[in-house]
Amino acid sequence: MSSTNLPSEKFRLGMLLSDTRYRGTSLQVITFIIFVAVFFWLVDNTLKNLALLGKDVSFAFLGMRAGYDINQRLIPYTNDSTHAMAAFVGILNTLLCAFVGCIIATIVGVFVGILRLSKNWIVAKLMSVYIEGFRNVPVLLWIVMVFALLTEFTPAPKAFKGANPEATMFLFDSIAITNRGTYLPAPVWGQGSTFLIIIFLISVLAVIFFIRYAKELKKNTGRNMPSFWISIGILIVPTVLFYFILGKPVELNYPYLKGFNFKEGIHLRNSFIALTLALAFYTSAFIAEIVRSGILAISKGQTEAAASLGMKPNKIMSLIILPQALRVIVPPLISNYLNLTKNSSLAIAVGYMDVRGTLGGITLNQTGRELESMLLLMGFYLSVSLFISSIINWFNRSFQIVVR
Amino acid sequence: MKNYAYVREKSIPPSPPPLIEVGVIGWIRQNLFSSWFNSFLTLFSLYFIFICLIDFIPWAWGGHWNAKSLRECMDLDPNVACFSVLAARWEQLLFGLYPADQYWRPTLTFVFLILSIIPILFPRFFRYFWFSVIYPGLAIWLLWGGSIWSIAIIYIGVIFGVASFTVLSKGVIRSTSVNLTLSIVITLLFFLFLSSTLTEFLSYLIPISLPFVESLRMGGFTLSLIVGISGIVASFPIGILLALGRQSNLPIIKMICVGFIEFIRGVPLITLLFVASVLLNYFLPPGTNFDIVLRVVIMVTLFSAAYMAEVIRGGLAGLPLGQHEASASLGLTYWQSQRLIIMPQALKISIPGIVNTFIGLFKDTTLVSIISLRDPIGLASTIRADTKWNGIYWELYVAIGLMFFIVCFGMSQYSQYLERKLQTDK
Repeated sequence: MSSTNLPSEKFRLGMLLSDTRYRGTSLQVITFIIFVAVFFWLVDNTLKNLALLGKDVSFAFLGMRAGYDINQRLIPYTNDSTHAMAAFVGILNTLLCAFVGCIIATIVGVFVGILRLSKNWIVAKLMSVYIEGFRNVPVLLWIVMVFALLTEFTPAPKAFKGANPEATMFLFDSIAITNRGTYLPAPVWGQGSTFLIIIFLISVLAVIFFIRYAKELKKNTGRNMPSFWISIGILIVPTVLFYFILGKPVELNYPYLKGFNFKEGIHLRNSFIALTLALAFYTSAFIAEIVRSGILAISKGQTEAAASLGMKPNKIMSLIILPQALRVIVPPLISNYLNLTKNSSLAIAVGYMDVRGTLGGITLNQTGRELESMLLLMGFYLSVSLFISSIINWFNRSFQIVVR
Repeated sequence: MKNYAYVREKSIPPSPPPLIEVGVIGWIRQNLFSSWFNSFLTLFSLYFIFICLIDFIPWAWGGHWNAKSLRECMDLDPNVACFSVLAARWEQLLFGLYPADQYWRPTLTFVFLILSIIPILFPRFFRYFWFSVIYPGLAIWLLWGGSIWSIAIIYIGVIFGVASFTVLSKGVIRSTSVNLTLSIVITLLFFLFLSSTLTEFLSYLIPISLPFVESLRMGGFTLSLIVGISGIVASFPIGILLALGRQSNLPIIKMICVGFIEFIRGVPLITLLFVASVLLNYFLPPGTNFDIVLRVVIMVTLFSAAYMAEVIRGGLAGLPLGQHEASASLGLTYWQSQRLIIMPQALKISIPGIVNTFIGLFKDTTLVSIISLRDPIGLASTIRADTKWNGIYWELYVAIGLMFFIVCFGMSQYSQYLERKLQTDK
């Protein structure tokens, strides 16, 4: 008769380290003790240091008067506002730069990535030069270079003066690029513009419903609709129609020269443009590589199989290649958005007031609350990062290839 | 039998393809002008290249190298580059504020750097690997100076520890882990009690020392290389450990690793550098104040270790589960199977990602200019603050960009070479 019992051995202390049954647990206990000890050591040091400096940990400074101006702001802010408000202005500036930067980076990146796969030798090489050039030079250098380009090589506002000016505005006198920034026409929301916006939003909804309906129809009957043109029509026609019916409620306010500077219009500062463009071009080089590898990752057999089913080239691209390539492209694309957002903290190099410039810069220096400011700043970046990685996880979950 | 007037006995030799299908013309037709759209793209690109070069080449080619100031350059010819700033300040761009009579030290360090990299890059020279091992200590001594024994004592201590482990293993205690713990304790005791006396004694016996240079004088490309190389060397093993920790089935270790990686990856490097320069003094016992370059190196290392961990984790996840199971069924222990089976394959898969992390780290060394260390970009603004060179931009930026481009592009080319060399499945 055979026994299935394990050979019983008396427990010895050495077995905690040598026996694989206990080693895992004892290692974890040791690690945990060390971790907790280091943590308490750090906290203890911090408390001692704060006591030495006569400081306490308090976030009350957020409610105090900030006392400094921020030249670029999306919401009303004066130097009488609180530090919390200044931080919020900074956060909005960071998000604005990140948002615009991501859009430009995606457009340029997709364009460059596809062109790099072009059979045209010279275009492909040109795109390689673009990608390698941007990827292998520090982004900080790109930021200061674009800033120098904008401030040194653009005309001063006074160059637009006179009957025969040295510089002229672009697009029917609506855009002025100067060394103090770029001036764009600003929309003026007159009476009835709210109604117009509502009309536009309704037509956006209508387009969404229409596309759903077209898909359903295609699924059930196999009939194709010219959905692209119909959607464009639904999107534009009612808004344009009501724009004229309501008597042009939205007008553009053009920038014009007054004294030595431009007045009215939207003023985009060079710091913002330089930061956004440099980050966008830098990131677009990475996005281009992602797009290229995503398209190359789809095996040629997929294209051939689709072609042998009798699909047309544009259908092959939109129904076979792109859905599969997107699964490869989107997660690293989103993490590049995150990189761009984090890199926007380099704003200080050109004097753009992002959240690191307000909360982690002037507020920190004025109040001397290094610990609290840095904690809040890291908290902000961490929550943006967690938000973005939760999007990636959601994407991966919902678009995974379903395996039996 | 019929009589044929003519029977061809040999086949006609193939006639050459039409001239427009082969050679240069054929290539151009196929690659540049295959359709009207392609032709348009080609012409447009050519035009674009033309307008870029038409300004750049005369600007760069005719540049002045010998002027004393930007004004002098402008007087000579305002339309060409003024590389005189590089001629006048190249030493600063390379060495920062390092004492001028000691320039040979960073230069020698750089030469040794290349020599010490060769055994790692090319397996043919692997027998010189000992030099790569002693290089870090040598570099620190050459750059910062002081007595050679204060660095050498670290090596002596490590050799002492290894020796004690070997002696213990041959002794009565059989357990490796107990022996390892004992020898670590012995080494720590050596560093705590014996090392300072021994250093003094050796310095007295064989006095070899260099004048001390403080960290704030390090700058320029030397600083980038110091931070970059030490970050790369240190972050690689830490990254491997973090990746293994994250894959581990021990929940507490896994939690600590995940927390660390996600925290570091979630915040910009700039905030970490600010922690290093402003906040670190809060976390250490009152009165401690250690070297700013070392602080920066630690932060950069931790930062890229987290990214490295994610890259290596990707490599680990790319391995089929069968590899783990096969090595376990051969009876290999955890560390044996990691060392012999898993890691070599996982690292091979993740070479592109690892090198990308290295490149990113090296580029990120420029961020130290924001906490007012003098890296090349920081120095560019210092040089521009000089009245002689006030208003100069492109010459400096092009030079700095080119230096970074050469290093980073070189790294990416090497990684492609390595990938091709290690490709065993094709």
